[in-house]
Amino acid sequence: MDWYPLWNSLRIAAISSVIVFFCGIAAAYYVAKLPAVIKGILDVVFTLPMVLPPTVCGYFLLILLGPKRPLGILLGKIGLQFAMTWYGGIVAAVVVAFPLMYRTARGAFEGFDNDLAWAAQTLGLSNTYIFWRIRMPLCRQGILAGVVLSFARALGEYGATSMLTGYIPARTATISTTVYQLWRTNNEQQAFFWVMINLAISTVILLAVNMLERGKR
Amino acid sequence: MSLSVHIRKRYGDFLLAIDLEHTGGICGVLGASGCGKTLTLKCIAGIEKPDEGKIILNGRTLFDSDQKINLKPQERHVGYMFQNYALFPHMTAEQNIICGMKGIPERLEETLSLMNIQECRNLYPRQLSGGQQQRTAMARILVRDPEILLLDEPFSALDSYLREIMQTQIHKILQDYGKDAVIVSHSRDEIYYLCDRAAVMHKGCILKYGMTEQVFKNPESAEAALLTGCKNIASAKKTGEKTVFVPDWGISFETGVPVKDDLEAVGIRAHYFDPGSGRNLFPVRIVEQREEPFENRILFRYEEQKEGTPDLWWRVPKNQTPAVRPVKIGVSPENILLLYKA
Repeated sequence: MDWYPLWNSLRIAAISSVIVFFCGIAAAYYVAKLPAVIKGILDVVFTLPMVLPPTVCGYFLLILLGPKRPLGILLGKIGLQFAMTWYGGIVAAVVVAFPLMYRTARGAFEGFDNDLAWAAQTLGLSNTYIFWRIRMPLCRQGILAGVVLSFARALGEYGATSMLTGYIPARTATISTTVYQLWRTNNEQQAFFWVMINLAISTVILLAVNMLERGKR
Repeated sequence: MSLSVHIRKRYGDFLLAIDLEHTGGICGVLGASGCGKTLTLKCIAGIEKPDEGKIILNGRTLFDSDQKINLKPQERHVGYMFQNYALFPHMTAEQNIICGMKGIPERLEETLSLMNIQECRNLYPRQLSGGQQQRTAMARILVRDPEILLLDEPFSALDSYLREIMQTQIHKILQDYGKDAVIVSHSRDEIYYLCDRAAVMHKGCILKYGMTEQVFKNPESAEAALLTGCKNIASAKKTGEKTVFVPDWGISFETGVPVKDDLEAVGIRAHYFDPGSGRNLFPVRIVEQREEPFENRILFRYEEQKEGTPDLWWRVPKNQTPAVRPVKIGVSPENILLLYKA
């Protein structure tokens, strides 16, 4: 039994969730402060990966990072090759999951009562303190929802990942690409096994989040 | 002990143009909602940036557009109490008070007992009563020893019973604390009770600033008169050195002080009518008498009053209400407010 797809999927989902957490929150925080026109444009750009088919995202990623493209060549020189590598899966997952984090975080920030931030400023609290100790805890639910959605999305990512990293057993295989490969090669039993694994992980995540929320209340 | 504010700020059609030299003590800013009073406080606190101007607190420049000085709110040392108190909901009362301060502040216990919130120090804001929330917000400000207190509609979130109790407490705190304060309110009672000096604000401008009693006694403009609670205002013309004619009411009044040429209107406070007065006594027709717990509110019209003009208000304590409806009501000349262009 080869457990590589499980391990690979989990590390891709975990690492990309962390990246998306910071990028999504930063984008949400700064975009909210911009003038309306720029805000509207950035909003579209940041949300596009959510509505585009993942294969289209994969196409753009290949154009950008493919080994024969300028950026791909440049990155190749410092030893980074995103096409056909496991960490290419992180890039694909980040791009696809980012809009979920960005939008949920922005919704949470917009619901935040700015009087609290202003009050904190007049009390002499630093903007860093206000962000991490007041704004974030009070937007916790929205942020947490964004993280969970991003993680689940990254875990289930197929289209962009298969375009960018393909399916190489024990190298780039993830649960979702493995399921497809097994089904395609008439290995239905094995495919069912991986489907159940995926189902189990997703269920555990959602249960954990529910318990976390209840515990805090 | 002084606050000097000279600022301009445009918001679409609305222009905030404040020129205020507060010489110290407690200053009340009286104005209707939307007149820019909260915006003014926010500019002083550094939450909003004026387009241009200067703000100087006790000789320290907080904002100066010419010199490009704009201190951060954190550097201004002002205590700002928000209308809804803005307590951090995920912190207890005590955490709210000491949050972000290095160690336990020396004055914590003293402040807690001064505010009478020792018992609820470990409760979260949602578990506190309105009065406790306000006292916690006040403690959070005082423990940092700000140079000036800015209170935005401090009592509007309280019910009327609690409001009177808290007014007394805040009054005492302000007296004991001995620092300058600016209190913004739409309630003339609050301003009159709490403030040594008052500014009347209308559509982004300060119409009048002075000793509170003086401002109420002589509001000088129809807008200010209205805000200080004058119910009966009508346009008027000067007819003699101490006489004015009010066309709407069809009456000429004798005034207490000489009238200036550019008189616009006169005002008469509802409490100042007196059927027993021998001066400015004119025939009236009582329209309605409304009973309140301790006062009667009587609506009446002068005999010659124009159709379509509002009834006049007369408020009189129950025990002084005449048994027979009066046919003539007078008002002493010094109680005729002379109102000029703002």
